[in-house]
Amino acid sequence: MIRLLLTPTRLGRLLPLWLLLAPALIWLVGLILLPHLDLLWLSLQTRGDGGGDYTFGAGNYLTFFDEPLYWRTFARTAVMSLIATALTLVTAFPIAWYLAKIAQGRLRQLLFVLCLLPFWVSEMVRTFGWILLLQSNGVIPHLLQRFGFTDQPVELLYHDATILLGLVYSSLLFMVIPLANTLDTLDDSLVEAAYNLGGNGVSILRDIVLPHAAPGIAAGTIVVFMLTLGNYLSPVLLGGKNSLWFTEQIYNQFITRFNWQQGAAFGFLLLILSTLLVWAGLKLTGQSFGEAMRKS
Amino acid sequence: MKRTGLRCIPLMLAFAAGHTLAADNTLRLLTWADYAPKDVIEQFKKETGITVEVTLSNNEEMISKLRATGGSGYDLVQPSQDRIVSAQKEFRIYKPLDLSKVDRKLFIPSMLSATEKITTFDGKVYGLPYVWGTDGLVVNTKAAQIADYTDLCNPAYAGKVSMRLKRPTLMAFAFALGENPFKLYSNPQQYGSLMNKVGDKLIACKKNVKYFFENKEQMLGDLRNGALVGAMMWDSGGWKLNSENPTLKFVAPKSGAMGWVDTYALPARGKNDTAAYKWINFTMRPEIAAKIAKSVGNFSASQGADKLADPKLKAQFAASFPPAVMQKINWYPAVPAGLEEIEGRVLDRVKAAS
Amino acid sequence: MSAIPDLELAGVSKHYDAFSAVNDLSFSIAPGSFFSILGPSGCGKTTLLRMIAGFIEPDQGDIRIRGQAMQGVAPNRRPATMVFQHLALFPMMSVGENIAYGLKRRGEPAAEIRRKVSAMLEQVGLPGAEYKPVSALSGGQKQRVAIARSLVLEPTLLLLDEPLGALDLKLREHMKIELKQLQHAIGTTFIYITHDQSEALVLSDTVAVMNQGRFEQFGTPQSLYYQPASAFVAGFVGANNRYTARVNALRGDAAECVTDGGLPLIGRIVGTPPRPGDAVELFVRPEAISLAHEPADLAHCDLTIEAEVDSLLFDGANSSVLLVDKASRTPLRAALPQNGRFAHLCPGESVRLGLQVNQVWGYPAR
Repeated sequence: MIRLLLTPTRLGRLLPLWLLLAPALIWLVGLILLPHLDLLWLSLQTRGDGGGDYTFGAGNYLTFFDEPLYWRTFARTAVMSLIATALTLVTAFPIAWYLAKIAQGRLRQLLFVLCLLPFWVSEMVRTFGWILLLQSNGVIPHLLQRFGFTDQPVELLYHDATILLGLVYSSLLFMVIPLANTLDTLDDSLVEAAYNLGGNGVSILRDIVLPHAAPGIAAGTIVVFMLTLGNYLSPVLLGGKNSLWFTEQIYNQFITRFNWQQGAAFGFLLLILSTLLVWAGLKLTGQSFGEAMRKS
Repeated sequence: MKRTGLRCIPLMLAFAAGHTLAADNTLRLLTWADYAPKDVIEQFKKETGITVEVTLSNNEEMISKLRATGGSGYDLVQPSQDRIVSAQKEFRIYKPLDLSKVDRKLFIPSMLSATEKITTFDGKVYGLPYVWGTDGLVVNTKAAQIADYTDLCNPAYAGKVSMRLKRPTLMAFAFALGENPFKLYSNPQQYGSLMNKVGDKLIACKKNVKYFFENKEQMLGDLRNGALVGAMMWDSGGWKLNSENPTLKFVAPKSGAMGWVDTYALPARGKNDTAAYKWINFTMRPEIAAKIAKSVGNFSASQGADKLADPKLKAQFAASFPPAVMQKINWYPAVPAGLEEIEGRVLDRVKAAS
Repeated sequence: MSAIPDLELAGVSKHYDAFSAVNDLSFSIAPGSFFSILGPSGCGKTTLLRMIAGFIEPDQGDIRIRGQAMQGVAPNRRPATMVFQHLALFPMMSVGENIAYGLKRRGEPAAEIRRKVSAMLEQVGLPGAEYKPVSALSGGQKQRVAIARSLVLEPTLLLLDEPLGALDLKLREHMKIELKQLQHAIGTTFIYITHDQSEALVLSDTVAVMNQGRFEQFGTPQSLYYQPASAFVAGFVGANNRYTARVNALRGDAAECVTDGGLPLIGRIVGTPPRPGDAVELFVRPEAISLAHEPADLAHCDLTIEAEVDSLLFDGANSSVLLVDKASRTPLRAALPQNGRFAHLCPGESVRLGLQVNQVWGYPAR
């Protein structure tokens, strides 16, 4: 067998393949695999109390489970991200439907541009936009007071709902695009046929539209969930003193405490969490990752 | 035409970047906001032909950035003097200064020797003083009576005060609780229990806090519009507000303002030390230092710059710091490595508390 | 036959801006019939079908299904089910689930649904196919499932929107017969739209030829073929030699004409009788042209033409020959007799053609 593999003709046939794959492999190994292995190695070093002396072991991971703050923040981040993803899906669906099925020509382009518009400014600026709108002397509390909904300024910032708002806003596009793509491929006559056969809005959505859009929903959900889980600015700026986001813990470990080892361990835990949740989500809905990414 | 022009931009940028790497007439400066005013940079360029590229940062990020690159990427950095030795000990991110290349006559002698002492590691000096100032309180004197850090926790001001959730806040509250954390630096055990005590105080105080500020401008804005009545803040910010609105005042707390000195330090793998020394000697000239002081709103370590300082700033300083108050300033000593870990856990606890 | 028609339209119109897709249509269809609407694309037949299904509301007029006014009745409440052009089978469901869809929506008990689905599959010749995925079916099988899915609801009307269009020729021929047999077996009224005249003629009891939002002719396939009511119908249904000509003289309802190419012809005029000098359009079916070598063989004909063979178009039973009139060089296409008598004509060979006046149709030119 080995001799067969190494015959010159075989090698000659495989060589172009390897050459074609080389850039992708270099990218994969050099920019993804190696840094992750490096981080994994780092995460298994525990920093001594005075700094400086390091010991090998799972200490950083144990710290995570020992300290309630860490795993609570971790769980909270996961739950909030799931809620934000669900909200994004619910918000994006009508938009995607309108884009794919109702809007035509110029209007459609215009709507796509509108969806893209928030991304013309940096996330920092976008988030400050929300702060200006929502802070107690900002535009919205002012209007609420003006029209008599409240008699004194309300603080709309620094709530969990505000974090969700910011997260949904910055993820919307990443849900709308895959959804609109899959909905675009839904043959209108399927909907008409279902309607013709006695289906109503709810049953058509459940039996026809959602199953068809499932790959788009899966792709959008995966992307949005990952983005939300890894978001830093929105939770920190909009959440105020109680924001508690796991990426903030990672940032703190790396930047303010100079404890890269602990930060690397946290980073790995976040990676494991997101992988597990995405895997579980795909399993639950009977989707495959490849199909979701291909179809949307 | 327009289109070709646009298409050329990436090329030009690439060229410019390549050029920068190769040339020795650029100084890459990692510093704080307002520390390198535009007119000073322009004048420096006119005199020396050296272009200054400024990257804005803070103490922790400066150390982390240099640690990540092994001390390369910048030619001159400006961390606080208390954060140099520990970072050097653990991460080796700086190189010792060649004091023969610095014009020592330009510095206030007492400050120069103090900074040299605090930044000495293995017998070598790593830092020179640049600008100094204090951390204290900014108070809306019409709306609140705040004389010490712990007064921020007065329920009367619930939801109307702010502070940073960082180590200076821990130090300040320790002093306000009647302790001296600096004396416990060398004793992690006792330091830890003091920090826990401070943490408990901050947790109790947390419901009073509108937010822990990350962004100075947002907090100053809320002081202006009355959403906040008091905050822990640098003196410069306080004086700036005071110039706009006399009811807003910088108050040196009863337990003492926190005194800091920001420095010049050389990254371990900086490429253009010559330019860095030129910049040091240039910015310490009294007339330049006065310009910088005006931009920052703090005082320079340059000998004679205070004479040229903005009279208004001088008046504000004199009002905030009569000699007795000046005496009480708690100057940060060098932070031993590992304290950040203890402090971090306390800060985490405060953050997590509801 | 019951007195109430299964489908009745009265003055139905639909306009899109200035364009009128369906223009003041009125007709009724008896129960149990196979009714086709035949027309070129853009004639309004799809709009008409979608109005019957309820996807489009008419601007004017009434649609009644078995006497029930359909105005304001949503498509999911009409007793009319539709087989879509591209079938629109639900790819996310199995064959059985596809057929059960409508029954489930009606809330029928599960056991009843199972029974009906399997009976229906048996009826369309796919017994036991319940669990197959739709993607595993051939084109013809998909067709049957689509029809089964609609028929299982026992609708008053089954609407079919060119359902054979996507099939290849052989399968289409086969499905035509199957569809006809199925309709006979179950007796549901089928409303079938197509642009393929052969489908319409083979399948239907009644055909309407539609053009620009109106019916040009409404009748049996035979009447369309043998008595086209307008130049449009004559041109659309069946193959034809078509000439524009001028009337020389009138003889009763027949007119002596000369085509623009110079060929003299006699035709029966349909519609307003023209005057000498008027322009008419003449249609001659290829199978109406008699071929002969001897003049005696064409004694029964009203007109004979000396022609020469241009080329032979062999197509089995549909073989024909392209001829040229010797005098005017006008081309003509004639069917070859099935008995093979003229199968060996050679290009350039002379042949004699004969025409009967009532097999040439003339319509005043518009």
